[in-house]
This record gives sequence, structure tokens and C-alpha cells, in this order.
Amino acid sequence: MAKYVCQVCGYVYDPAQGDPDNGVAPGTPFEKLPDSWECPVCGASKADFAKEA
Amino acid sequence: MDPVQIAPGVYSVGVRDWNIRDFHGYSTDLGSTYNAFLIVDEKIALIDSVKKQFADQLIDNIARIVDPRKIDVVISNHTELDHSGSLARIMHRVGEDKPLYCSKMGAKNLARHFPQQWNYRAVGSGEELKLGRRTLTFLETRMIHWPDSMFSYLREDGILFSSDGFGQHYAGPETFDDEIGDRIMVHAKKYFANILLLYATHIEKLIRQVADMKLNLRMICPDHGVIWRRDPGRIVQAYLDWCRQEPERKAAVIYDTMWHSTEKMAEAINAGIMAAGVPSKPMHLRSWHRSEVMTEVFDARAVVVGSPTLNNGLFPTIADFLCYMKGLKPKNKIGAAFGSYGWSGEAVKLIEGELTDMKIELAQPGLRTQFVPEKAILDTCHEFGFKIGQAVAAAPGAGARAAVGSPGHSRTALNELK
Repeated sequence: MAKYVCQVCGYVYDPAQGDPDNGVAPGTPFEKLPDSWECPVCGASKADFAKEA
Repeated sequence: MDPVQIAPGVYSVGVRDWNIRDFHGYSTDLGSTYNAFLIVDEKIALIDSVKKQFADQLIDNIARIVDPRKIDVVISNHTELDHSGSLARIMHRVGEDKPLYCSKMGAKNLARHFPQQWNYRAVGSGEELKLGRRTLTFLETRMIHWPDSMFSYLREDGILFSSDGFGQHYAGPETFDDEIGDRIMVHAKKYFANILLLYATHIEKLIRQVADMKLNLRMICPDHGVIWRRDPGRIVQAYLDWCRQEPERKAAVIYDTMWHSTEKMAEAINAGIMAAGVPSKPMHLRSWHRSEVMTEVFDARAVVVGSPTLNNGLFPTIADFLCYMKGLKPKNKIGAAFGSYGWSGEAVKLIEGELTDMKIELAQPGLRTQFVPEKAILDTCHEFGFKIGQAVAAAPGAGARAAVGSPGHSRTALNELK
């Protein structure tokens, strides 16, 4: 599963880790994150993320 | 400095750092200020604190108005240590159990700076805090310029406490914009260019959002520099203009040099740009501080970078500047690279690679010369500069002032006529 990088602050979403603080279980692919999900560091939207090169 | 009453019951209690000259790598030739504000109502609120070493001054300033122990709430708009460094002293004096208001990210980030288990009250946009006659409304401003950043708005007085937004690194006798006049704008621009530029899109969005809130903005109080009270709309409009990043019709030639060869090229290129009717400045990176250069680059259309090749690589000051500029993500620029070399000459290609990574369009292929540039090479440099100047003049938005120059101004063209 691909990692995604926040283009605003550089946070990396790692599907293996998920985002447990915000109710996203480990193993959740980026594509399956709800549209309302925000970058846990800077609050950017999903659209502000790009696949890690 | 003594505290200043900026509105009935609202005081500026921060400090001036007259002699700081290097603010984490930003040149502060006139010093800076760390502003903090005290609101005295039924409840007494302190907004932000100051750098750690100025804690005594802050406490003295507060004590001239009220006993610090009478402060009921402390508000942290921004975690960075120039605004939170004296929090430990302040909270100890005010009372460790007093509520400490900050954003959700503020609570997380402050906890990574201070081990104390403070009484954090994490607030989000739109949440209010009643102080008595007055009300504070909070507005999260993530990434302007840290994840924790927020603004606090004192509704009844129309005062926006804007954290680092609209700030300027400037320490002088003035408290308000009307006391200094237009001279302050250059400091506000430098701050924007060096601290906020990469978040321009966010800032534009935030300003639109604030405009929709129809706040009765009478005063903007940033955490650095003077307070905007004569016409707060002016700095807001300046920010909107800056966020658009529509460069002026000008160029900057940024270089370093070892035996003056790259410098000679820089001078000839700069002359060529000016011959095309475009203002330009050659800036030697060991004479100009990177933050001054960035301010110049911020509103220039063309960024022309020259480096000698040192040990098969870039000259270190050039690498420093390119790294710095890249992080600030400037937009809508054209660029070019040049430099003198001895035997291998990698620097020009390396600069071009960096400029391309920054999405800076190359206006001319890079120009290299081995060892000392002779007259013919300098003529080529002049022509190279002239073409860059023409590209600047022809760029969209260059407007009616464009195209002052004509090829007849070029030194090479003149030579051909001889």
C-alpha cells in the first residue's frame, strides 16, 4: 500500500500505521480514508496529498 | 519599554529585542519585538508571552498594570519559543492551574516544549471566551505558519491578535503603524517573503474567510513589530497582493565568486538586463544576507544565479541560498545559471537542476566560462542578460511599462554595428 505525503507540511500517511488518534485503523489504504479526513499535523485536506515518489 | 494602553483596558505588555541581529537565520538589522497583550475585564487575560530571557521584563510590565497573580486566563496563539519561551515563568507566577487556551495542535505542541501538566483548554475556530464586557473569539490558522497557530479576536473592540501574521521584525520607538508610516512596509514584506511565502495559498484562503466573517476590524496586533491601527485594511490588502505572487518587472543576479571571474560575469549580465530596461541588482552572497536576497527575489520576475565550481560542486553560499529559496516555494519566476570554473565546471548544471526542481522556467541555457572571462565572453554575458531582461519585460503582467529596451541597447548589438 502506497504512502502519501502532505504537500503542505510534509507529514507522511503510512497505511500500515493508519491514524489511530483520529479513528483510522492501521491497514487503511489512503484511498479508503473518508473525504472529511484531514492531515493530523496541519489540517490539510486529502486533496493536498500526493503519492510518495 | 513601558506598557502602552492600546484601547481602554487593553495593554501592550511585550518587549523589544533591540540588539538581536540573527533571528534563526533571518537578518534582523533593526532588532525585533515580542508582543504580548493584557486585557483587563471582569476576567484578566494575557495573550502570548515572550522569549525566555525577557520573562522578567514581561512580568514587570504586567505588574505595572495588575498583580500577575490576578490573571485569570492565558492564551497562547502560537507555540514558537519567541512567544512561549517565558510561559513556564508566567504560569508559575500566574498560577499553574489557571486555564491555558490554545488550539488543539497548540496543546500537542506546547506539551512537546514544556513538561508541566498545564490546564490546557484546546479551542477550535468560532469558540468564544467571555471575559466580562468583552468576548474573545478564536480562529485556527493552521500553517500560518505552524500547525498550532491561531488568531484571537476581541469582538467589542474590533482587535485581532494575529500571532505572527502581519508581523514585522522591527524594533523602534513606535508602537503603532501611524507613528512610523510607510517605512514599515519593507519590514512587513521581508517578513512575508522569508517566513510566510510558502503558505501564500493558505493565507489567501484565510483572509477571504475572515472577510466573510465581516469583522469590524479596528486594529490588528501582531506578535512582532508595530500594531496596525491607522488602516488595518492596508496590510490585509498588501498580504492579498503578496499572496498572488505577481512579480514586478525586475530581476536579481545572485552570485558568489572566488577570483572575481563569476563576479565579472554577474556585472555584465546585470548590465545586459538593465540595458533591456529592467531594473536589476547584482547581489554577492557574502555581502547580502540570504533573507535580504530572498526579499529581493520575492517580487523579482527573474532569478539569475551564478556560482564558481568548487571541488566539483556548488560554492557553499549558493547551495545555502538555493536550499533556502526552495523551501519558500516562490512562484511565477524565470531563471538562469552562470559561472566560471577551472577544469570540471559542474556548478551551472547543478544550479539549473535546482531551479528546475523549483519550477523556475529557464529563460536561457546556462553560461559557463573557463577561468577568467575575456571581453568576448563578457559581451556574451551582456547579451545573455539582455535576453533575460527582454523575457522579463515580455512576461505576462509586466504591463505597459514593459519593452522599454530594444536590441539596440545591447552591448553585443552595438558592437556588431561598429
